[in-house]
Amino acid sequence: MVDESRRDFLKKAAAGATAAVIPFANVRIPVIDVTLEEFFQKHYKEMSEEEKQRVIERLKKEYKEKYGIDATIKTTEAREGVVWGYALNIQKCIGCRRCVYACMRENNQSRASPTDPTKSEIQWIRVLEIEKFKIHPGEEGKDFRTRFGEIIAGVNLEENEHYYNPEHVPEEDKFYVPIQCQQCERPPCVKVCPTKATWKEPDGIIVVDYNWCIGCRFCLAACPYWARRFNWSDPYLPKEEINPNMHYLGNRIRMRGVVEKCTFCIQRTREGRYPACVEACPVGARKFGNLLDPESDVRKVLEKKRVFRLKEELGTQPKFFYFMD
Amino acid sequence: MSKLIDFVITSIKVSLTGSRKYYAWLASLLIIVLFGAFSYYYQLKYGLIITDIRDQVSWGSYIANFTFLVGVAAAAVMIVLPAYIYNYKEFKHITIFGELLAVGALIMCLSFVLVDLGRIDRMLHILPFTGTPNWPQSMLTWDVIVLNGYLFLNLLIPGYLLYKAYVREPPRKWIRIFILISIPWAISIHTVTAFLYGGLAARPFWNTAVMAPRFLASAFTAGPALMIIILQIVRRYTCIGKPGCRLVVTDRALFTLAHIALISMLVNLFFLGSEIYTVGYAATSHLAPLKYLFFGLEHNGVTYAKLKPYMWAAITMEIIAAILLLFPKTRKNFTTLNIACIFAFLGIWTEKGMGLIIPGFIPTPIGEIWEYYPTLMEIMITLAVWALGFLVYTLLLKVAIAIEAEEVVHPSAKDKEMPEMH
Repeated sequence: MVDESRRDFLKKAAAGATAAVIPFANVRIPVIDVTLEEFFQKHYKEMSEEEKQRVIERLKKEYKEKYGIDATIKTTEAREGVVWGYALNIQKCIGCRRCVYACMRENNQSRASPTDPTKSEIQWIRVLEIEKFKIHPGEEGKDFRTRFGEIIAGVNLEENEHYYNPEHVPEEDKFYVPIQCQQCERPPCVKVCPTKATWKEPDGIIVVDYNWCIGCRFCLAACPYWARRFNWSDPYLPKEEINPNMHYLGNRIRMRGVVEKCTFCIQRTREGRYPACVEACPVGARKFGNLLDPESDVRKVLEKKRVFRLKEELGTQPKFFYFMD
Repeated sequence: MSKLIDFVITSIKVSLTGSRKYYAWLASLLIIVLFGAFSYYYQLKYGLIITDIRDQVSWGSYIANFTFLVGVAAAAVMIVLPAYIYNYKEFKHITIFGELLAVGALIMCLSFVLVDLGRIDRMLHILPFTGTPNWPQSMLTWDVIVLNGYLFLNLLIPGYLLYKAYVREPPRKWIRIFILISIPWAISIHTVTAFLYGGLAARPFWNTAVMAPRFLASAFTAGPALMIIILQIVRRYTCIGKPGCRLVVTDRALFTLAHIALISMLVNLFFLGSEIYTVGYAATSHLAPLKYLFFGLEHNGVTYAKLKPYMWAAITMEIIAAILLLFPKTRKNFTTLNIACIFAFLGIWTEKGMGLIIPGFIPTPIGEIWEYYPTLMEIMITLAVWALGFLVYTLLLKVAIAIEAEEVVHPSAKDKEMPEMH
């Protein structure tokens, strides 16, 4: 006890000291547009509670000035005994993309600007439209083929359509596979990051410290699920579309030049709520819960259904499962 | 110490004085750098949106050129190794040109990595003390170590030897240790760079064990090819080989370099062929990027084939270069030799630059096809980095030649004989 309070005191003293050594903390470096305080900010995991609070106060002020909103930015930590898992029923999914847009509203991704073509929309969920099966008829005897020919069927990650846009979904001969961060147990993106700016939290969520990322995009190249997005420019966010309920490692507003990704709505799930995509799904195709709790939705799916994961052969061990009824 | 200061001051003076042609060359490089700096200002202000790199193809011209130039830097070893290990006399005078080329190439490599960063203001996060390097997990942290180490070696070795020549003192033995270290170190820079890509299971086009060997083979073609051209230019426009000058670049040295380029080119083509065979014969879904590269990919009725003409041109140039280098008659004729060198250089620049980086992203891991083509601003920044590298190389060469040709000497050593350098 004594030791702990002593350490606490030292931490506080150190925080005070670092806060004091940055003179002109509010001076802005031109062109790259960062203050000296931002420039000298530490890695999230190396910050004391006081330092975190200081940064959060600064961010709140910045959001107020820039976007005119009053945000709350939490740093809620992972709960003991929780590892999040996700299960998606591809038989139920109708490809309506409501999850995609609910995710954007929840997580403050950049919107497409009506006037500025350099500001584009960022989406964390990509829904693939796949034909139930395609047959290319063959000619007997040619190319070792039978008259039946070639067939393409099943969850095919190469023969699909990302930008489908029919009048009504679902279409008769199609099915849909939404893909987002699979929250791998062995995440290649974390392995390649040169600065430890992205890591796996104790509840299994892969997060990014947006203020530590150098924007090298090695993680984009390493992700087998194309789940990471880059801020090619400063995000465009109209005031009325901003979700003010934020988490430091989740949906707080990003800046240009950094990577972002799905966090299973860390700002919601760590407060006991469902991710936005789960709530938005009109057909109940999305199940979410604690993999360590036998009573959770996701564990029940694992028990009762036949599940599969994408690209199991890569050894990434996703905590995102797909299933059918 | 005062001698060292004098050496530095004289070097700066020498590098900044020259003929009208010399100034014109420096000025034109500087103008290209300024145009690029102007574009880079916009990139800093608005973000990488000014390039055509996007989430689908998340690396482009910058990283492609970086990859190629690591090879050029590594290729200096092809001169250092015969000169120091096999005591090959013809290369003694030209080792310094190779080492300094490595410096120029490394300046370009590091600049390309820096201009590719989304947050240049946070670059120190990758270093110890100022940051949290993810070492040994991330190959990029290894690359920081090997590239900067190699830059240090290639500044130290020629710098020390030139200083000793300037003050007319025989170099100490310890420099040999650094020279010997620089040989495996050269191999390491290109191996680590290959491992950046080769280790990514998400990208079947790169995820192959032949990546590092192929990188080395192509580097040892493009590097010597570039050296052959540069040495001829230097020989024409400086005192080298002229009466009264102790520096020579012999034809034999150039032909030996051509021989090295030939063998490396054959090995390179062999590796490329092995890769194409393995992927093509197995014909799994891993074939798609290669198909995109050589034939274009058809997707929902549209054919995407922007890189196809470049790739065929590259392979054609490489094969022509190999043939021209293969026959002694064309290898030892300067017209055909130069054509071979230019073709080899351009062919490899295309094949292992854009031809290697872009198809790694096409299609994306979940099947989207999105074609990349650099924007004007991106091209200007790319050219500026090249110009910067050549500017640094020119200034360094100017000093090296002036000292080695005894045009400048420390006042206290005027009457002394030039010591045996290597």
